Amino acid sequence: MTKLVTLIIDGQQTTVPEGTLIVNAAKKIGIDIPLFCYHPKMEPVGMCRQCLVEVGRPVVDRASGQPVLDGDKPKIQFGPKLETACTTPVSEGMVVLSQSEKAKASQKEILEFLLTSHPLDCPVCDKGGECPLQNLTLTHGSPQSRFIYDEKSRAEKHVPLGELIWLDRERCIQCARCIRFQDEIAGEPVLAFYNRGRATDIITNSEPGFDSVFSGNTTDICPVGALTTADFRFGARPWEMKAATSICAQCAVGCNITFNTRREAKSGGKVAIKRVMPRQNEAVNEIWICDKGRFAYHFAENNERLEKPLVRRDGELVKASWEETLKVAASKLAESREKMFVLASGRLSNEDLFNLKQLAYNLGGEALLYTHMGGGELTASLGVASGTNFGEMGAGTTILVVASDLYNEAPLWYLRLKQAAERDATLIVVNARETKLERYSRFVIRYSYGDEVETVSELTKKANIGEAISGAENLVILYGSDGLGLDGSSALAAACAKLVKSRAGKANNGLIGVWPRANDQGAWELGFKAEANLAKALKGKTVYIAVADPAGDDPALATALKEAKFVIVQELFLTETAKLADVVLPAQAYTEREGTFTSGERRVQRFYPAALPRGETKADFAITAEIAKELGLELEGRSAARVMDKMAAAVNSFAGITYGKLAEVSEQWPIVGRGDLYYGGAAYENKQGLGVQLDLTPGDLTPAPSSIRRGESLRPDEDRWLAVPITRLYDLDVTVRTSELLRQRIGAAAVLLHPDAAKTLGVAAGGRVEINGSRLEVRLDAGVPVRVALVPRSMGVSIHAPVIAKLKKA
Amino acid sequence: MRVLEPLIELGRGLWTTLRSMFEKPVTTQYPEQKRPVKPRFRGRHVLKRYENGLEKCIGCALCAAACPADAIFVEAAENTDAIRYSPGERYASTYEINLLRCIYCGFCEDACPTEAIVLGDQYELSFTDRRQAIYPKEMLIEPVAAGASPTPQKTKPGEFTRSVPEMQDPKD
Repeated sequence: MTKLVTLIIDGQQTTVPEGTLIVNAAKKIGIDIPLFCYHPKMEPVGMCRQCLVEVGRPVVDRASGQPVLDGDKPKIQFGPKLETACTTPVSEGMVVLSQSEKAKASQKEILEFLLTSHPLDCPVCDKGGECPLQNLTLTHGSPQSRFIYDEKSRAEKHVPLGELIWLDRERCIQCARCIRFQDEIAGEPVLAFYNRGRATDIITNSEPGFDSVFSGNTTDICPVGALTTADFRFGARPWEMKAATSICAQCAVGCNITFNTRREAKSGGKVAIKRVMPRQNEAVNEIWICDKGRFAYHFAENNERLEKPLVRRDGELVKASWEETLKVAASKLAESREKMFVLASGRLSNEDLFNLKQLAYNLGGEALLYTHMGGGELTASLGVASGTNFGEMGAGTTILVVASDLYNEAPLWYLRLKQAAERDATLIVVNARETKLERYSRFVIRYSYGDEVETVSELTKKANIGEAISGAENLVILYGSDGLGLDGSSALAAACAKLVKSRAGKANNGLIGVWPRANDQGAWELGFKAEANLAKALKGKTVYIAVADPAGDDPALATALKEAKFVIVQELFLTETAKLADVVLPAQAYTEREGTFTSGERRVQRFYPAALPRGETKADFAITAEIAKELGLELEGRSAARVMDKMAAAVNSFAGITYGKLAEVSEQWPIVGRGDLYYGGAAYENKQGLGVQLDLTPGDLTPAPSSIRRGESLRPDEDRWLAVPITRLYDLDVTVRTSELLRQRIGAAAVLLHPDAAKTLGVAAGGRVEINGSRLEVRLDAGVPVRVALVPRSMGVSIHAPVIAKLKKA
Repeated sequence: MRVLEPLIELGRGLWTTLRSMFEKPVTTQYPEQKRPVKPRFRGRHVLKRYENGLEKCIGCALCAAACPADAIFVEAAENTDAIRYSPGERYASTYEINLLRCIYCGFCEDACPTEAIVLGDQYELSFTDRRQAIYPKEMLIEPVAAGASPTPQKTKPGEFTRSVPEMQDPKD
C-alpha cells in the first residue's frame, strides 16, 4: 500500500497517495488549476508555466524534527516564488493556494504572454468552441493586452504534417503535448521541436510526414487549434454537432467512440457524420483511438449503398418490394430445409448473429462464420475472464503475442501492451518476422512459417521464457493470423490454449484472438463455426450470406457460388457476392441502428444510432426476423434490446446481460470531457456505458484439427517461394477505400520481400513481380525471412493461407 | 347665447377641417412613394464584400450561434488561392437565413467578427411559400461593385492569409 499524504488545497483538506502531483490532487476534489502542457496520461514537463500556485510547507524544527507550531496549528512557510502544480508532488501538511492574488496574477500574465503570439483567429479555427486556450482566457485571462499588436509573431498557417494532420504554426503554444504523445505513448517519435525561442516550430521528421497510426490523437490533446485533422477541416463548429455514442467497428479491440453528427446541405439535408472522437473507457481504449477508427467512417454515406431489395428475374437483378423479396427468400429457404446454411461475418452485431443462428438452427442448417482465422471455440471457453484490463497489467503478468502484427491488426492493443511492458509486464513476442511490438518485448522468438505450433508447444521448455510463462501470476496470450490461414490459426489456438488451460476463469488470464472483424468473438460465443472448404460446402446448397463478400475475396468462391442452389445476400453494397445472388436484401450500416459488439477481450458494448437509415434499408436482425416470420418461425425483430433479452435467456455466456446493464458507468480517472477540456483533451466522457465482460462458459476443448500442415510441407524448394498472407492496417476494405484521406495511405498492393531475395529475382524496390497470376509491386524489408513473400490481405490478391508459389519478375 | 354656442363650436370644428385641407399630408403613396428608413433600421440582412469584391463572410457560423431564433444556417469550406471567395482559409459554402424565423434583433451583426452581415434597409418581405422565405447566399450577398471582380477569384499566394482583418470598433 502506498503511503497516504494529507494536504490542504484552497482551504479543502484532501488525502491522496504519496507521489500524486498537486494538479491531480486538486482535480480529484474539483479544483481546476489552469494548465496547458501537462496531461494526466503523460509525464509532467512544466513547460507552459500556466499552473503556477503558491505552495507552503510546514516548518520543521531541525533539532527535534518536529513541526514548529504557530499557536496550535503547524507553522507554514510559503516559498518566495510560485511553483508549478503539475511537477510538484504533494507532501504531508502542504498548503496550496491556487486562488491567491499572487497565483491569480501569474496565471493571468502567463496567458497574456501566450496570446502575444497567438493569432486570435478563433472564428475560423476548428478548435474554436472546445479550445482550452479560449476557455482559460475567458476564466483566467486579462481582457486587455499590454503588448504591441504589430509585434505579434506571424507564421505559416497551413502546414500539412502528413495527409491526415495539419499544423497551424501561429496557433501553436509550444506545449509539446503532441511530441510527448508520439514519444511516450505511441512510441513513434516522429514529431519534434525545431529552432528555439520565439521561432520554435513543430516539425515532422518521418517520411511520409507524421507517419504514425495514432496521429489523430494529437489533435484531441492539442490545447489550441494548432493541430487539426484534414478530414474535419471546417466541417462544422463543435457546438453545432450532436454526439452519438458508438463502438469502433474496424477491429477486435472495440474502442469506445462518439460520432459527431450534423444535418447539412452538403449531404442533401441528411444527417451526416462529421467526425469520430474517442470516448473514454479505461479498460478498452483509455482516451485514444487509431487513425483507421477515426477516419474510416465514410462508407455508410457512400452513394453506392443499396437502398432497395433486389430479386433476380430472367437473369437480371431488379428492384422489388420488401414483401415480395422476403417471400421469395423464405420460400426458397423452406424448400431447402437442412440443405441450407448461413454465412455471416463478424461485422454483424451480436443481435444479428443470434437471429441468423436461430434461423439456421430452426431450419436444420449450419451457421458459419466467414473468416480466415479460427480457434474461436477456444477463446470462448478459455478467453479472458471478466475483470481483465490491460491497463492494470504490470509486474507479475506475462503477455505472449503469437503470430500477430498488433500494430497493423489491432493498433490499440499494441499501444496498451507497450504500456504494460513499460510497467514491467513480461512481454514475449513470437513471430516469423520482425514486428513493431518487439521493441518493447523482453523476449523475441523467431520461427519459420509453418512451425508456429511446435514453437508454442516448446515455449515452456525454454530457459527463462518457460519460467516467465508457467511461473507468471497472470498469463494472457494473444494469437493472430500473421501468415496463417484458417487451419493454421486454429491449430495455433489449440497450442496456445494448452498454456492457459489451468488458468481458465481468472481475471487477466486467458486466450485472446486478434480477430480481423469487430464482432468475430461474438460470433464464436454464439456458436458459429468456421468452414475450411467453403467452395465444397456451397455446392447445391441454399445459402444466406450476411455482410460477407467471399466472391470478391476469392475468385474460386465466386465460381463455387454459381453452383449453389439459391443465394440470399444481405449487404450494404452491391459486392461481387451480391452480384451473384438471387435475392439481395439491403441492410443498415451499424451507424444507423442499435446493437452490441463483443470485443476480443469479450467485452459486450453497445452502439447507438448516429445517422438516419438510407432508403428502405432495415437492420440485419429485423430482416432475419421477417424472413423467419414468413417461414412461420418466431424470432424477435422489433428492437435490438429485445433480441438481447432473448439472447441472454438462450446463450449461457450472455446470461444476465441487458441493455440497461451495458449502459452502466462508473467513475473513471483521469476525468475527461467535462467542462475542463484543458485537462484531458477533447475525448468524450463515457456516460453511455462501459460494457460488460462476458463470463466464461466451460465448453468442450475441441482438439486441434487434424489437417494441420506440417512445417516441412511449407518449405519451398529451389525455384519456389512461400507466399504468406499478412494484414495491413490500411487495405482495400470498403471502410478504408471510401475514406478519401486514408486512401492516400493505402498505397499499392505490394509484396514484402527480403532484400537478398529480391536480388535473386532481379527486382528492385518498386519493381513488379508476378505471383499466382497477380502482379504486385515489390517492397523490401530486412525483417522478412528469405524465400518468403508477404502478401497483404484484402488487397485484391487471393492468398488466404500460406502457399508455395512461383514468383517471377514481371 | 345658448342658441349661438353650438354654432360657434360647429364653426370651430369646420375651421379645423378647412385648415387641414391646405396642410402638407403626412401619409405617403406607398408603394409608389417610399420613405427613407432610419440609420439604425434593421431590415433584411446583406452579406457585404470588400472593395476588391472578396466576400467578408468567412463562414465562422458565429451569427448562427448568436441567433436566438435559429434562423441562420452556415456551412463552411476551404479557400485556395486558385478559388478564393474570402480572405483567409475559410468561406461560407452555404449561407441561409430563414426570414420567417428571423426576429430582426441584430445579434448576428454583433457576433460577426468581420462585419460581413449587416441588417439592411430592405423591409419588403412577403412570401407565398415557406420555402421562399429561406434566402440563400446568392440572394443575401451584395452585388459586386464597379471595378471589383466577382467571387471566386484567383489570387496571388500569400496575399490573403488572414480571415479576420484588423478593425476599429463600430462608431454608431
